[in-house]
Amino acid sequence: MRSTDSSTRQMAVVRGADGEMVIRLAGVWRLHHGFGAEVEDIRRALTGATAPSRVSFDASRIQSWDSSLLAFLDEIAELCRARSVAIDQAGLPQGARRLLELAAGAPVSAAQMPPQRVPSFLERVGLAVIGMGAALEAPLAFVGEVSAAFGRMLRARARFRGADFLEMIRACGIDALGIVALISFLSGTILAFMGAVQLQQFGAQIYVANLVAIAMVREMGPMMTAVIMAGRTGASFAAQLGTMKVRQEVEALETMGISPIEFLVLPRLIPLVLMMPLLALYADFIGVFGGAAIGVSMLHLSLTTYLITSAHSIWPMTFVGGMFKSFIYGILIGLAGCYQGIRCGNSAAAVGQATTAAVVNGIVLVVVACGIFAMVFNVLNI
Amino acid sequence: MAYGEYVVLREVSFDVQRGQVFVIMGGSGCGKSTLLRNLLGLEEPVTGDILYSGRSFTRASAPERTAMLRQCGVLYQNGALWSSMTLLENVGLPLAQFTDLAPEEIDQVARLKLAMVGLKGFENAYPSEISGGMQKRAGVARAIALDPQVLFFDEPSAGLDPITSSLIDDLILELRANLGTTVVVVTHELASIFAIADDAIFLDGETRRLTAQGNPHELLAHCSDRRVRRFLTRGREDSAAAETR
Repeated sequence: MRSTDSSTRQMAVVRGADGEMVIRLAGVWRLHHGFGAEVEDIRRALTGATAPSRVSFDASRIQSWDSSLLAFLDEIAELCRARSVAIDQAGLPQGARRLLELAAGAPVSAAQMPPQRVPSFLERVGLAVIGMGAALEAPLAFVGEVSAAFGRMLRARARFRGADFLEMIRACGIDALGIVALISFLSGTILAFMGAVQLQQFGAQIYVANLVAIAMVREMGPMMTAVIMAGRTGASFAAQLGTMKVRQEVEALETMGISPIEFLVLPRLIPLVLMMPLLALYADFIGVFGGAAIGVSMLHLSLTTYLITSAHSIWPMTFVGGMFKSFIYGILIGLAGCYQGIRCGNSAAAVGQATTAAVVNGIVLVVVACGIFAMVFNVLNI
Repeated sequence: MAYGEYVVLREVSFDVQRGQVFVIMGGSGCGKSTLLRNLLGLEEPVTGDILYSGRSFTRASAPERTAMLRQCGVLYQNGALWSSMTLLENVGLPLAQFTDLAPEEIDQVARLKLAMVGLKGFENAYPSEISGGMQKRAGVARAIALDPQVLFFDEPSAGLDPITSSLIDDLILELRANLGTTVVVVTHELASIFAIADDAIFLDGETRRLTAQGNPHELLAHCSDRRVRRFLTRGREDSAAAETR
């Protein structure tokens, strides 16, 4: 008799003269100890030279049992079925027999079964190509829907709640002031410090003010604001809409005949687009003051001189260019966040993926747009 | 039991016998789920104690609580399956965490549990790929993975068709009969209550108290509390009384 541990379970295999194999089970069968060794013993007994024609059980000495006995018996039944060996479960505890019957229960129909087939290599390539097409088509369709909804909004025919719109103005604007101020101030100080170290060598330290002002207004202000808003607001849009999708709130709107694009996307996208230039302007000022902190403390320039020099260095078109960029960045971040939220799957994991994709896509789009702006502004001599 | 100043339930006292199917019933908002959350340690009662086999759960240390909760299985209202795992992985996770079983043994036990709830063939499906009723059945399979001594079911029939609902009722009775599991069910589904309950308590949302305890059939026959009778007869007794007047 096999006994892994005398205080737990015991099993013995007894051969009868008529080709019957009796499996004697005894002791305590509990989940916390494995049963793989016993299954292997039975597997060997079933496949040996003297394979039995029938298997029966004697479980009269079992003290207690749980699912480990059931799983063991289920496995034995499976082995017997595969080898066309008859099995007699009469010697098992009644409860175990009943639960095994329950597990054997009504088989699932083929129509109910989820597809298990693994596609071939060619199929996978084809599916990937089709998927790439769909990957372009879906965002373009979304942009089209948003444009159409925006058109309806201009004609006062779009349906959304004014309270949501105002709430988003607050969330995208006022609530972001703190983090934008911190990052912009630090950006200004870093730019000024790097410039000061170089320009001091030529006695041109006053140009630190020009460097910081032009860099902040033209590139760093809009760019840093966009990165912050992609991580903060774009992610928030995706998570909010994704969760609504999981909770079927989006479907509820659709079935009521309310466009989710009008009701959910526009009240998020438009406030973000409106707030982005204002936040960039705010970031420009704070960045210039960050530079001034270094100019005054390290280069011993007067605050007035620094600020006047900064103001004179910024051309109107530089300022307008920066504002225009941040406006476009707002559209890109808002679209990326809302698109990922609206197309989110129906699980918690899908919400996480949508949020990550919203941030990554938002930042990538902003950087690509920044490159395009650099080339266009260079051609236009702005 | 309270949320801040708002008292949900007061002076609730009852015993659940080992091997019973015990139902916590009452109308919507009466505090059934809050009571369940207290029993599972997800909320703390303002005063009083919860005892498991005579040992205080409320005053137990965190490791003691974990050990006590390991003897419990819970089916949450929507199944609460982990969406990034297949059904087999969902059921296998507690076995992998709390037993010394080999991976193939874990798979065998998990397959068996899924088969017991009628999900044979769906082992590799993700929760998002199956229906709500199937998710709930998979939740049952996960709850019974470790053969717990006590099983808690939060609204097991909610949102299910009568056949699936009856299948879960049958499973509860089978587990009680064959494994001796104590089952605590929170529900307001009368068909389930009458089909499975050995004992039940009625929580009254108006008084915020436990107003009746007993076998539902006996409560229906003998209980004089108007609200309990109204609940157990779907309000028919009130309608009949109004018609008589």
